[in-house]
Formats: sequence, structure tokens, C-alpha cells
Amino acid sequence: MNLLQTIEAEQIAKLAARRPVPEFRAGDTLRVGVKVKEGDRTRIQYFEGVCIARSNKGMGSNFTVRKVSFGEGVERVFPLYSPAIESIEVVRRGVVRRAKLYYLRGRSGKSARIAERRDARAGAEAAPGTSAEAGADSGAEA
Amino acid sequence: MRTGVIARKVGMTRLFTEDGAHVPVTVLALEENQVVAQRTPERDGYVALQVGAGAGKAKALTKPERGHFGAAEVAPKAKLAEFRVAPDALVAVGATLSASHFVPGQMVDVTGTTQGKGFAGAMKRWGFGGLRATHGVSVSHRSHGSTGNRQDPGRVFKNKKMAGHMGDRRRTQQNLEIVMTDPERDLLFVRGSVPGAKGSWLLVRDAVKAPRPEGAPYPAGLKAAAAPAEAVAAAGDAGQAPAGGEEQ
Repeated sequence: MNLLQTIEAEQIAKLAARRPVPEFRAGDTLRVGVKVKEGDRTRIQYFEGVCIARSNKGMGSNFTVRKVSFGEGVERVFPLYSPAIESIEVVRRGVVRRAKLYYLRGRSGKSARIAERRDARAGAEAAPGTSAEAGADSGAEA
Repeated sequence: MRTGVIARKVGMTRLFTEDGAHVPVTVLALEENQVVAQRTPERDGYVALQVGAGAGKAKALTKPERGHFGAAEVAPKAKLAEFRVAPDALVAVGATLSASHFVPGQMVDVTGTTQGKGFAGAMKRWGFGGLRATHGVSVSHRSHGSTGNRQDPGRVFKNKKMAGHMGDRRRTQQNLEIVMTDPERDLLFVRGSVPGAKGSWLLVRDAVKAPRPEGAPYPAGLKAAAAPAEAVAAAGDAGQAPAGGEEQ
């Protein structure tokens, strides 16, 4: 790691300690709590929708959430590590085959649905474990 | 007038304020900033400090350079620069400047050599509009157009903006805010961009157009040998350094 990456990693660790970043990816439905300042008091405003893009670039990381509000598509880009974001909650996981779901912009209703991902994580964790064991077994046999 | 420091541009990143606003910052690294020589009115006719930074190669030195560093008893430096200072702001030769020389919130001027762009046309160099894409224009879509009048002046005026070499010039960006300092690693976090490419040398001084910051160590923020309390050490040095400077 170069110096700049080290500095960013430290900053990210500091910010993530205050507000953890859950594991999520494009296709997941998120509920993002945003601090809204009104005069001298702040309140939390929630924005719930599908994450259609995530960009990982250190301190500049961000993600885009899309929802349809009163028939109008609304997208918001949030900085991943911003202190202005109070919480990120994964409501639902989705099955998608793209990293960026910009195709959702041209769709509505039935065709804009995303299937729910069930036990995908558990399956993914189990798979490498079994393969490793199989590898070890074969190695022992050889 | 305090001395400045020599820094290397590391690169840009971003910080957040408490309320979530972005602060774009450039990270500058001080690499072993040591005072190499003093310029005094008796000998030189003006008051300044020569500061060196970075690790120079001993085998690349000429004999006079060797003698110069030898007299100061400092390791060879990759970069040398002079900073004009007030007579009471002289710092002893061999003293190491620290990032605590600057305090967060103060303004600095950063001098460096801008990125070279080579031979650039008038559109890139001066922001000219160029010629039209259609309506009979051929070949010269990015040309500058007319350069003057007719027979009356009969010449092109001096300083006419035309194509030519762009960039690679010494430039000073004034009034940049110090957002944060890291005396342990000797880093400065300056708001906004500074001239030059990553890895290039820069001169960082107190801003000439802003009053001297309160709480900044005078004459300089020095690195005491393994001092635990940075602020206390800097304050202590501030008292001792001028006396040491006069002795030499």
C-alpha cells in the first residue's frame, strides 16, 4: 500500500467504526438514513430503494439507490463513508447478473422486478469449504 | 516572517466534515526538512534560511556541494531552497522542521512547477472557441482565427495569445487552507489542488495575503529529538532557537 492508500484506509476505519457499512451489492434493496438539517435541529430521513450501482474507490466510494416515488423514478447517489449518512440497512437481497443495473431505468412494473436471493451467501460459504476438503482428500490420496 | 518548508506532493484524497460535507485535500509530505545554511545581513546582505529536503545521493554530489553539506553537518539533500525570514526568525543550522510548523485553519501559499502540456493549440492554451464545424470551414476547426487588423497596424501585437508551450512553469497557488497536519508522519493536508505532478517538490509558506496565524510556533515548528509532547517541544524550541541561531 502506498502512503495515500494507507491514509485512506485509516480514515475509512475511523468512519466505519462510527457507522458500520453492511455488505451489499447491486440488486439489493437498501434503506438509507440521511441526516437532514432543518434550522438548528436534525432529523433522519429514510430513502428506500434498489441499489443499482456501487463504486468502490477508497474514500470516494459511493452507491446509487433508485426508487419510484409517485410514478416518478428517483435516484440518489450516496457517499459510502459520509458522516451525513446515519445508517444503511439491507432490506432484501436480489439476484442480478450485472454490476450496474442501469437497464432498470427503462423499465417499470413487472419487468423491473428483481428476484430475491435466498441462502446464496450460505451456499457460497459452504461451496469453497467443501472444495477445499475435497482438494485435501485428493492430496492425501495422491 | 517565518520560514517555509519543502514538501513533496503525494496526491489528492477526500475528507469529510462532521456534517458530511466533502473536503478535497492534497496530501503533502515533508521529508527530513533540515536547515542547511543561514543567510545573514553581514555576509550576504539579506536574511534567509536555506532548507534542504529529501535524501540525496552522496555519489552524485560535487566537491563544493560536499563541503556545503559537510559544513552544516547534515546528510546530502535532494532539494534545496531558500526562504526569506525576519531577522528574529532564524533557525539554527541542522534543525529539522516539522509538520507542526503549520496549524490547521491557517492559509498557505504553495509554489511548484505545473504539469507540462507540451506545444498546445490556442483552444487548449487560452480557451479560444475555435472555428465552426461546418459552413465551409476546412482543416482549421481548432485554429485561433484572426490575429489582428489590416494594413493599419500592419503587425501582430505583442503578447497576442497564440499556440505555444503550455505548462511546466513555476506557479504559486495562494491562500490554501491547512485542513489537518500529521506531525508524526510529517504530512500536511491542504484544501484543494496544488501545482505540479505527484512526487514533485513544492514550497509551502505562510500566506502573504493573510495575517500570521495565531498559535503557530515562532520562529518555526521544529522536530525535537523524540519529543513526546509535540506542542510543548515546539514552544520550547521557539524560545531557544533564535539564541542558537545568533551563536552560529
